Amino acid sequence: MMSVATQRADFTTAVADSPSTGAPVVLDNLVRQFGATRALDGFSLSIDPGEFVALLGPSGCGKTTALRVLAGFELLDSGRVLVDGKDLADTPAQKRDMGMVFQSYSLFPNMTVRDNVAFGLRLRGHRSSQRRERATELLDLVGLSGHVSKFPHQLSGGQQQRVALARALAIEPRVLLLDEPLSALDAKVRAELRDQIRALQQRLAITTVFVTHDQEEALSMADRVCVMSNGRVEQVASPSVLYQRPATAFVAEFVGTSSRVNVDNADGKVRLFSQVVEVRGGAAAIPSGPLDALLRPEDLEVRESPDGLGIVTHRFFFGATTRLQVGIGGVTVKIDVRSSAAASFEIGTRVDVLVHARDVLVTERRPAR
Amino acid sequence: MVTLNPEVMILGEAPEAFAPAPPRGLRHRIHVGRFVILLIAGVYFLFPLYAALHFALENDQGHFSFSPLRSIPGQPGLGSAFWLSMRLAGVTVVIAMGLMVPTVVYMFLKAPKLKPIFETITFLPIVIPPIVLILGVLPSSPVWLKSSPYLLALVYVILVMPFVYRSLASGLGAIDLKTLVEASRSLGASWFRTLWSVVMPNLRSGLLSATVLTLALVLGEYTMASLDGWQTIPVWIVAFAQSDGHVTVAVSMLSLVATWVLLTLIVSLDRSQSRRNLRKKQS
Repeated sequence: MMSVATQRADFTTAVADSPSTGAPVVLDNLVRQFGATRALDGFSLSIDPGEFVALLGPSGCGKTTALRVLAGFELLDSGRVLVDGKDLADTPAQKRDMGMVFQSYSLFPNMTVRDNVAFGLRLRGHRSSQRRERATELLDLVGLSGHVSKFPHQLSGGQQQRVALARALAIEPRVLLLDEPLSALDAKVRAELRDQIRALQQRLAITTVFVTHDQEEALSMADRVCVMSNGRVEQVASPSVLYQRPATAFVAEFVGTSSRVNVDNADGKVRLFSQVVEVRGGAAAIPSGPLDALLRPEDLEVRESPDGLGIVTHRFFFGATTRLQVGIGGVTVKIDVRSSAAASFEIGTRVDVLVHARDVLVTERRPAR
Repeated sequence: MVTLNPEVMILGEAPEAFAPAPPRGLRHRIHVGRFVILLIAGVYFLFPLYAALHFALENDQGHFSFSPLRSIPGQPGLGSAFWLSMRLAGVTVVIAMGLMVPTVVYMFLKAPKLKPIFETITFLPIVIPPIVLILGVLPSSPVWLKSSPYLLALVYVILVMPFVYRSLASGLGAIDLKTLVEASRSLGASWFRTLWSVVMPNLRSGLLSATVLTLALVLGEYTMASLDGWQTIPVWIVAFAQSDGHVTVAVSMLSLVATWVLLTLIVSLDRSQSRRNLRKKQS
């Protein structure tokens, strides 16, 4: 059996030559209400052909509803879903030609692995020999060619999800929908399958929408990440932009780790730990009233100083880096240091905190809890 | 550090390894107690059967004889009563499943909040006596239906509803219905195809138990058939009992055995399917 690494190498080789087979998708001002809750509140997103977009957000933000609307499993109160320029308002789920992998194991328990993969082809009238051939090919692609005659309950969770992926791909969908397909798996299998899905998607160039609440998954797999909150888009950007240039306080705090620190306006800049720092977006981006700055752990530097204003309160070892929590001026900030240099920062050590970010994101001050 | 609290160990559920084995005398008493309970239950259920069999294998002089059994095939009306009962049972199963399977599946998928209401409704045939049900149905039925035995099948569908619903509900509760249906539909299957190829095969034990209960109930139903004027097996047995008690009891015993064989056949169908699947997996 091919290892995941070998498959990845094969897939990557094929990427450059693969034609784009995905369809463009437009979600236009979607509104969906469940009782008093507005799951989608004017949600809009445009996805290019062959693009991998992750919908990221906390539970209840509307990401799964958006995916289900696209799949045809939820009706819309208003808005439009366009695939390849065609409005799908009157197209039922079974006629949308979208492959979908679900969060819970969705293989048909009464069918073998091969029959599961071939199910969609049978519905499309393919001959038995074609179905077998295609199913075997896809199972080979996901590294499960030795399991064709098994039933779902004889497979592990990771294997089941790979079969579900093969089944979704068998119908050659132009849009692939992934509804938290990795959330039920253990960490090692999740990481392997994550790589495999991304490699396959790149090879087949299928437009893919991936729902997740795991930022690491979203950032490592997607071409673009759409961060959602309360049924609306907070920011759509590439993973690096999203992390480095979050557009809102919500994005800054949800994606990655941020520390919130009270700051004062200093003529279009802000005063932070006795330093004057540029504001991201310039003076125009500074809201009126009391302000907070949102700081990434890597935006800050810590230096041991007997007269320092900060004091190390906690240490978390992450392998290559160690995260320090430093109490300073009534707030706690998180700062990453190389683990090799972390030995001198025992809990209780007095330190100075320096800002070395080019600019910082400034937002309205959160009311004290 | 974990410490063991002796009080908790005594009052709570102690692990097997720590549970002291009962003394030998106590174990013996437990075994005897179990045997006695089993014996009483066995006698309670088997004695009436034994008595009936004993009576069925007697002639008019009270001597052992197979003559009541031998005379069964020639009894007037028995063949047609048997055939009618089988037809009614078959039609009832088909209508009950045809109505209940899509309805219950749809309710589980689209209106799970209605479950308590549906459960209450399906209880009604249990609390409403069959005699009330049939007396209510007869005057309100059109003549063409009243003159057909299949009116009984329609009423039987209502009668078996509580059992069919519970069997199906328990089967549906055991699978992730929503995900399976959505997976099937996303692959291009229509609602009917999804029901036929995905839901029903995974609902097999629920369907079988609903079928078994329906057959058992219909084949033994007397009140409605009698009031509607159709001679099913139970009605024939009661009618014939006036002329020859031995033959009637012999027929009752035979119908009991026939029903048991039928139900065993249905259940073994399920088992043989499971074994086939197992062999397929092993190969």
